[in-house]
Amino acid sequence: MVVALRFDPLVTSGVSNLELERRLLEMGFVEGARVEIVHEGLIGRDPIAIRLDDMRVAMRRREARCILTLPGSPG
Amino acid sequence: MNTLVAPTDQRRAQAKPPLRVALVGNPNSGKTALFNALTGARQKVANYAGVTVERKEGRLVAPDGQSVVIVDLPGTYSLRARSPDEVVTRDAVLGRLAGETPPDVVICVADATNLRLVLRLALELRSVGRPVVVALNMMDIAERQGLVIDVKGLSAALAMPVVGIVATRRRGIEALVEAARTAGETSAPGAGDVWREPSAAELRALHHQAERILTATVKPPKRPDTWTGRLDDILLHPVAGTAILLALLFLMFQAVFIGAKPIMDLISAGFSWLSAAVAQGLPPGLLRSLICNGVIAGVGSVIVFLPQITILFLFIILLEDVGYMARAAFLMDKLMGAAGLHGRAFIPLLSSFACAIPGIMATRVIDQRRDRLTTILVAPLMTCSARIPVYTLIISAFIPQRTVLGFINLQGLVFFGLYASGIVSALLVAAVMRRLFWRGASEPFLMELPAYKTPDAMNVARGVYQRAEIFLKRAGTIILSMMVLVWFLASVPSPPAGAVGPAINYSLAGLIGHVIQPVMAPVGFSWQMAVALIPGMAAREVAVGALATVYAVSGEGSSSLGASLAHHWSLASALAFLAWYVFAPQCASTLAVVKRETNSWLWPTVMFSYMITLAYLAAFIVYQSAVALGAG
Repeated sequence: MVVALRFDPLVTSGVSNLELERRLLEMGFVEGARVEIVHEGLIGRDPIAIRLDDMRVAMRRREARCILTLPGSPG
Repeated sequence: MNTLVAPTDQRRAQAKPPLRVALVGNPNSGKTALFNALTGARQKVANYAGVTVERKEGRLVAPDGQSVVIVDLPGTYSLRARSPDEVVTRDAVLGRLAGETPPDVVICVADATNLRLVLRLALELRSVGRPVVVALNMMDIAERQGLVIDVKGLSAALAMPVVGIVATRRRGIEALVEAARTAGETSAPGAGDVWREPSAAELRALHHQAERILTATVKPPKRPDTWTGRLDDILLHPVAGTAILLALLFLMFQAVFIGAKPIMDLISAGFSWLSAAVAQGLPPGLLRSLICNGVIAGVGSVIVFLPQITILFLFIILLEDVGYMARAAFLMDKLMGAAGLHGRAFIPLLSSFACAIPGIMATRVIDQRRDRLTTILVAPLMTCSARIPVYTLIISAFIPQRTVLGFINLQGLVFFGLYASGIVSALLVAAVMRRLFWRGASEPFLMELPAYKTPDAMNVARGVYQRAEIFLKRAGTIILSMMVLVWFLASVPSPPAGAVGPAINYSLAGLIGHVIQPVMAPVGFSWQMAVALIPGMAAREVAVGALATVYAVSGEGSSSLGASLAHHWSLASALAFLAWYVFAPQCASTLAVVKRETNSWLWPTVMFSYMITLAYLAAFIVYQSAVALGAG
């Protein structure tokens, strides 16, 4: 379950952290969403495929690091 | 005066003014299928003014005679545009697009089996102030999964009409059109352009609102789609998935490369025959040359690409519609990412081994402008099939048929080396370009992996047909005019009476060849080689024929030409010529397609400049090293 989106000011993506946060939200990475890594890439286990609620999303680990999760399901 | 105006007013009262409807939706929501179902064959594909984004418009006529204009906007997750395509969607919805009439109604296309994100988009669209109608597409799949949607409740919660449809089977289309027309009538004038970019907090709030609506109106499927997960276990498997991707690509490459060949040969033969037939009916002279060698050969050189483009796009559209393209991008992302490219760049680059033209057209699968431009710019470095005749000619003439290291054929090794240098330089150039033009880290890779679906034959056919039509109509005209220009350079002026030697020597091309020869001397090119480069701009393989012309080789056999070249050229010059052909932008058609795809002459100019610089440098290094080693 996603508990928060947290951005390390030192780790930069191609876009600003504010922008990245909104992109993740628009893709459905919202606090309370159920997430599970279902597939990993061949080299460096990157990128990853995530089961996000009832859809699937592919992303790189660099961006996935911002998504803080806890085991468990929402009430 | 009034009596004159009255009849027109009466007619207007009978036929209502046309209604403008825009289709908006997430990627993979079946938006294009709905567009096809609504408009059938009455479609026009053009470009929005000043951008590379495609503008698709179609029409339908309602039972009472009112015409409805449908615009299919690029897929998006939100109005907060992140790519040029999404900017167009936002501006079209808001009525900010120059030269575009704002839509009266927005149809928000939703995949009924994947509503979470699109409900937020619908809420965002509502805030714009234009009437919105939600089209719940793929209701058949939803029913099969036992997904129960309370359409009335959903409509009440969203405060907009909701219509269930199956676009591929044209189910619910009439009801959707009626709902859009009713919504259009009640539309308050002056709406729109009140939207502003939502903050992260607002996005969260909208998302939670969408979640609440979803929980209240949709019962989760009794028989959820398990196929997508099961297929992904194989297709996204690090080893098996990669092997399957490579096998698929091999099949595609074979089909494009080999499958198209018989048809292409037939087209070439057909145009040669036509040219010969026309030549018999015309007196010799400039006019005959223009018609046969300029126009007919030019049209032929456009049409000859069609089989490859058709086959390639058949594969690409099928893979896209099935939902596999996103998986291919996933598997290739790491490899492409190392060169600063997007995972989706893999297929266009691979296609460029057959021909850069369909490859460049295939870059449309890449959303991000920078990634797409980088891919377009390096695509011609992949060894296309038109280089093969040139490589074969030079290699067979200069490289001895010898075995090295016990089992490697030396000619084959050189051939492989030429291919490998193309690939390596493409990846290097892409990496350098990212550094030079687009500093900083690449865009985040964040992509939905859609559920697998059976593709619809009609939609695939229409997509392939549209690509072929776009190529013929728009790229074709530029290619043809370039072909005529190349012909003009190689044929005008005609040789004076009693002139000896090949006619091309007296033409503008001959003149240019002589003028640039001093520049080409450091790379070991004779004036004959320089002259042959000019008609070779028409297409790379034309250089073979051009060399035969300048050396006045009688007979078509390349063995006699090879012997003649071996007599005239040093080994160093021959190797430099090969190096030149790895990089040189010797293809007017490619430049024309880049102009077409990027909608500007800037990028073809950049491409021409960097490629010719690399070609010169490579030929210079090869020639000077070979001379130093005693091959001069």
